[in-house]
Amino acid sequence: MSKPRIKVPKKASVGDVISIKTLVNHKMESGQRKDKEGNAIPRKILNKFVCEFNGVPVFSSDIDSAISSNPFIQFSARVNESGTFKFVWTDDDGSVIETQKPITVS
Amino acid sequence: MNPTRRQFLTGSAIIAAGGLTTLSLPAMASAEDVSKALADIIGDVETQSGKLTLRTPEIAENGNTVPVSVSVESDMTEDSYVESVIVVADGNPNPEVISFHFTPASGKAEASTRMRLAKTQNVTAVAKMSDGTVYIDTKNVKVTIGGCGG
Repeated sequence: MSKPRIKVPKKASVGDVISIKTLVNHKMESGQRKDKEGNAIPRKILNKFVCEFNGVPVFSSDIDSAISSNPFIQFSARVNESGTFKFVWTDDDGSVIETQKPITVS
Repeated sequence: MNPTRRQFLTGSAIIAAGGLTTLSLPAMASAEDVSKALADIIGDVETQSGKLTLRTPEIAENGNTVPVSVSVESDMTEDSYVESVIVVADGNPNPEVISFHFTPASGKAEASTRMRLAKTQNVTAVAKMSDGTVYIDTKNVKVTIGGCGG
């Protein structure tokens, strides 16, 4: 699995609401498509996304098969201290994609 | 009694015809599926319009990746915040698209993503606030090329 692409500002002021953009390379096989022989291709998507800041939940999302391949999610977060954002995606097969991004708040 | 040849042939013809219909018509979400999905989310609460804004393009040329964003007016404090926003598409094989769950640490109840739409249809977003009120917004999206594979 390739590394997710995340956009978090490097610096912010206390109390700022920042915008975070995330994108993961994933086929997001919907389970609706058929292969050349006409057999349904089984569903395999990222079904859960969670973002935490210094261990505190910020935002999460339950994803269904209607989300496009290479899922993009943009959301906001309010930051009151420096710390690290943790991002976790869960696959249908149970595997997880995890990454972190630091931010300096002054 | 053994089935006669004629009975056998008619039987297999019916089965074959049935098989063909199921193959050529991919199951779309029925109106009941959608209203049931919405009822599960909303419960018995009266829905209101206003605070919630759902943004989608009027015409989506490619149904495989249709931008969608939601925003809800809220202070996002511990006492009053948006718990979740659920997006439903009534013309897709599975009506559920995505649920966003916010916390006071989100700062703003705004999120966007990209979704697949099988055909021209209504997309509905439902926002649940921490005080139990529910807001709803619906947009029609015209889809030129469906995004369901095939």
